[in-house]
Amino acid sequence: MSEDGSAFLELDGITKKFGSFTAVRDISLKIREGEFFTLVGPSGSGKTTMIRMLVGMERPTGGEMRLQGKVLNDVPANKRPTCMVFQSLALFPHKSVGENIEFSLKIAGVDPIRRRRRAEELLAQLRLPVEYYDKGVNQCSGGERQRIALARALAFDPQILFFDEPLSALDFRLRKTLEKELKDIHKETGKTFVYITHSLEEAMVMSDRIAIMRDGGIVQVGSPQEIYNRPVNKFVAQFMGEVNTIAVEKASARTVRATADGSTFQVPGMPAGFETGFLIIRPEVMKIGKAAEKLKNKVKGVVFNDYALGSRIQYQVRSDARDEHWLVERLQDDPYEGHVDDKVTIGWQPADSILVSE
Amino acid sequence: MSASANDQVSWLRQPGVLAALPAAIFLLLGFAGPLVMVFGYSFMPARSFSLLQAPTLENYVSVVSESYYISFAWSVSLAALTVLLLFPICYPVAYGMARLFGKWANLVTVLIAVPLLISENIRLFGWVLVLVKNGILDGSLQTLFGASASGPLYSVPAIVLGLVYVYLPFMLFPLVIGISMVPDTLKEAASDLGASRWQIFREIELPLSMPGILIGGILTFILALGSLAESKILGGQAIVMIADDIESAFTFAQNWPKGSVLSVLLIGLSGLIVFALFRRIDLDQIIGRR
Repeated sequence: MSEDGSAFLELDGITKKFGSFTAVRDISLKIREGEFFTLVGPSGSGKTTMIRMLVGMERPTGGEMRLQGKVLNDVPANKRPTCMVFQSLALFPHKSVGENIEFSLKIAGVDPIRRRRRAEELLAQLRLPVEYYDKGVNQCSGGERQRIALARALAFDPQILFFDEPLSALDFRLRKTLEKELKDIHKETGKTFVYITHSLEEAMVMSDRIAIMRDGGIVQVGSPQEIYNRPVNKFVAQFMGEVNTIAVEKASARTVRATADGSTFQVPGMPAGFETGFLIIRPEVMKIGKAAEKLKNKVKGVVFNDYALGSRIQYQVRSDARDEHWLVERLQDDPYEGHVDDKVTIGWQPADSILVSE
Repeated sequence: MSASANDQVSWLRQPGVLAALPAAIFLLLGFAGPLVMVFGYSFMPARSFSLLQAPTLENYVSVVSESYYISFAWSVSLAALTVLLLFPICYPVAYGMARLFGKWANLVTVLIAVPLLISENIRLFGWVLVLVKNGILDGSLQTLFGASASGPLYSVPAIVLGLVYVYLPFMLFPLVIGISMVPDTLKEAASDLGASRWQIFREIELPLSMPGILIGGILTFILALGSLAESKILGGQAIVMIADDIESAFTFAQNWPKGSVLSVLLIGLSGLIVFALFRRIDLDQIIGRR
């Protein structure tokens, strides 16, 4: 974990139990001022409970949350200097776009003229026409509603903005556009964003740092590059997308043996005390055909199927030694001209593989 | 059969039309028919029992020139008072049933609905026993405190009590539905944006449960406007409500045309109020459906 002392929001042993069920267990995190921090995890990993505690809709049953050193645990949601963009957006259907955006200001007793000025400022910042001020929120499109929800959350200038998977219901293209827009807005406002999502891909695009959650705990915290290059275990590696995962045991100081068929592979390095674990090789670092012949780690097999992935082609190769599928991806302009049912050699550089113990 | 004849009857063969036919015929004969007859009788000469005489406006003239406006005024004001009293009584209960009582909400529903199985008149006579001189209320007060509460029966407050008691479920259940239609996330969002409990109620819950409030209010108002038993059983001779006048005209006075005129005016008044409300207030717009 790369952490320094300048924690803006600090979680210290946060735990949440519902009866005998522990939704969040002993989470400690330091989130820095101005960073885009994302909690990623599959459904049931506790990320939603975590964010509900952060905004004040649930109370932790253990641990402490501190914002700039001030304990937040007992501060009710309406007194916290933070705000959330809901998964459902939770726009008020009986209020206009403008009334939605300036809701927090109205609550705070700001006069109508200043409220309206702020709302129009936010509409402009979020690239919405100023005429939208009087429009009904249900007459707006999905993308516009996202921006309205964000504008509403930004209106009272919160110290932290939380996001509960607000993009999950949108179609792929709009989601991609809004991911980038959100990152732009993060940069423009300089605010601390804490985002939760089940999509590591989404997290990668936007975040400065990512925490991966599983079963109520945190598995790994790091920058997108760190998570991508050095996943701490099989769960994180597989969460990232399709990978080749081989169960292995230690053979020598520089090699491991596949438990299934006994073939040995060179590894970049052996973690201290390693006995058994998994060797992880991403499809895109695998070589196929002539390029693989001269590599140290090789497998022979037959091309079982190929898939066009746009910029790349993915091959599914069935190894000769045992009935296992390998995934190999190459760029479209790679010289390899393989076909289904061809006998091929596939391989990888030891430095491109990752050895994890669980 | 020619093709055009086939087209002419084809709509009759639609399953929807066929399925709706028995109910439509029943409604036509049992609901629309009598209403049309009442409307027709209102233009017949006084005290006639035939619908085939020359139409006249004499009944309308006589009703307007007599003092029926007093009965109308009593009915309208007592109905309005009933709605005004029922709303604050029912809203907290409905809120509890929709949000707080959990599994106990069903029990509360049953407790409120079961009395509906007993005839309204019988229940009102129960109140007579409570309110009558030397009855349950009076007797208890005399025994416990030596004070007498003689006379609550046969008065306007007794009628209002009866109206509130009888029409409570008709306000309560629409309110329960209205309140449960407000999504929890909207209240959480409002709280997250700084709203206090009271501000959430005023800004979010109250406006979004308005459809239930309006339906409950209109339902109880219309029912109370046409009520008869409460004023007769609990009110005695204290006042005459318009439904009482209508009944007298049809029975005691044997003047169907006059009863019909009063009925037409009452239906017209109810309709006017409901349409005026719905014209001014668009339920779909309130809850943001458009």
